[in-house]
Amino acid sequence: MSPQFLLRRLLGVVPLLLGISLLLFIIIHLAPGGPLDAYVDNPSVTPEALAQIKVAYGLDQPLPIQYFKWVKSLAQGMWGYSIRSGRPVTTEIADRLGATLLLGGAALILSMSLALPIGIVTAALRRSAWDHALTFLSFAGISVPVFWLALMMQLLFAISLGLLPVAGYETIGSSGVLDRVRHLAMPAVVLSLATVAAWSRFLRASMVDALGQDHIRTAYAKGHSTMGVLIKHALRNALLPFVTVVSMEMASIISGAVITETVFAWPGIGRLFVESMDGRDYPVLMALMIMGSAALVLANLAADVVYGLIDPRIRYD
Amino acid sequence: MTENRGALSLIFLIVLAALVCVVPMISPYEYDQEDLDLIGQPSPPGRAHWFGTDELGQDSLTRVFYGGRISLAVGLASALVATLLGTTVGALAGFFGGLIDGVLMRFTDVVLSIPLLPLVLLLSGLFRPGLAMLVMSIGGLTWMGTARVVRSQFLSLRELEFVDAARALGAGNGRLIVRHILPNAAAPIIVSATLAVGSSIMLESALSFLGFGVQPPTPTWGNLLKDASPWIGAAPWLALPPGLLIFATVLAVNFLGDGLRETLEISR
Repeated sequence: MSPQFLLRRLLGVVPLLLGISLLLFIIIHLAPGGPLDAYVDNPSVTPEALAQIKVAYGLDQPLPIQYFKWVKSLAQGMWGYSIRSGRPVTTEIADRLGATLLLGGAALILSMSLALPIGIVTAALRRSAWDHALTFLSFAGISVPVFWLALMMQLLFAISLGLLPVAGYETIGSSGVLDRVRHLAMPAVVLSLATVAAWSRFLRASMVDALGQDHIRTAYAKGHSTMGVLIKHALRNALLPFVTVVSMEMASIISGAVITETVFAWPGIGRLFVESMDGRDYPVLMALMIMGSAALVLANLAADVVYGLIDPRIRYD
Repeated sequence: MTENRGALSLIFLIVLAALVCVVPMISPYEYDQEDLDLIGQPSPPGRAHWFGTDELGQDSLTRVFYGGRISLAVGLASALVATLLGTTVGALAGFFGGLIDGVLMRFTDVVLSIPLLPLVLLLSGLFRPGLAMLVMSIGGLTWMGTARVVRSQFLSLRELEFVDAARALGAGNGRLIVRHILPNAAAPIIVSATLAVGSSIMLESALSFLGFGVQPPTPTWGNLLKDASPWIGAAPWLALPPGLLIFATVLAVNFLGDGLRETLEISR
């Protein structure tokens, strides 16, 4: 991979991010009430005060100028203040990011460690009972509504069996590792389910492709064991597309936690988003949307770069 | 089993559609009829109320199937919007290429780069939508996959000789796109339209579950689950039917889509 490619790909991110910010800006300004919706509904804010706020925020200026100023301040790291709490948006998000990264990281590890063996087994035992059963399960995994699954797990493991806490981040007063793990267990499983299903199906498909290659037959003919061929010869090839899918979806695990965090009262940025929706806290909402989109864009970029790095056959020029 | 999955799923979906039409009609209760004797907390399933009642004394069975009408209708309509939009964008980009292709595909990239669920949440929160607006925002944000598929079909199909032949006979661009190329791209469009029904139903129920979709007293599977969730310990029977129905419906749609893909791809 040439540095020129890397540079061009990096530069391509800029117009994409500008496009995203423009689209979000248009959406916010099309909405009834606009960015000050929270104040419009508030009976204690008089029309005169509203007009003053408008001027103070620069919302009386022409839209293109507003957009330009908004992007400029975003780029300078001035993300504004939360309407609900009055604290800087960046503090508001930083306080919540840790919980989301913990949950997302746990879900990611869980997804990888389940999807890899399932993908390999189903490809190796193609058309067997195992394959059919696991394929059925992965269809179920992508079809089950996560909020319902979460409720059912709360009912089974917390309410009926009493094994795990119903929801929350920690037990007040005890902050041990075990306590955190017990709180993490159900949300992490729920969050990883769809990824396990999708990834194992994807890996199965690329394993089946890889197993159909001539060099696999050669490896068998030379007397390699089945395990050796599967792992050393097929998996190494099948992993190439798999790695790109995984790196692309890292971002969506993080931003996909909206439902899971809400059901399990997990104090991450997904829940912050829903709370800010309730309070029409546009500065926070916009910041989260921009961050989530930027994460997606960067993950796509990372996927491209990683693919080029690990597969010497790939040449971008 | 794999061969029959699609057919069985189709039968299931037809039966389900019939049930959501018929059950609310023959049920002795209205979907928003509150029984004042049962108000206060949910009552368990019994002879009078097969699925029990919620805390307002509303019959759960009636609400689940009436809600099914809304959930299925929103899912179908959103998928239709997404398919129409995606096909239009993909067809224009793939047929004309050049600047039109560049602009449309960059726009597709932009929409694809914004996390879907938060964006739909933002839209429904901003516009406090009715059903039509909800359908528009779900369909309006899920067309990108179809657009990419249709574009790639058009890119390869437009180079084929039958297109030249039709053009030589005097067919204009509109006619070439709609009458000649589009029918040949039908298979992947049908598959992605089918799968879109499943993801739209899922998206609508997620929105309604979080409180930003269809508002009570109009039930959908999503807001029935939202209402059931505070009672999950005391009245688990309320959460079971709507969740199972979303699950079964989306599963059936996914099996159907997968079956269609295999059948249509083999026949090509």
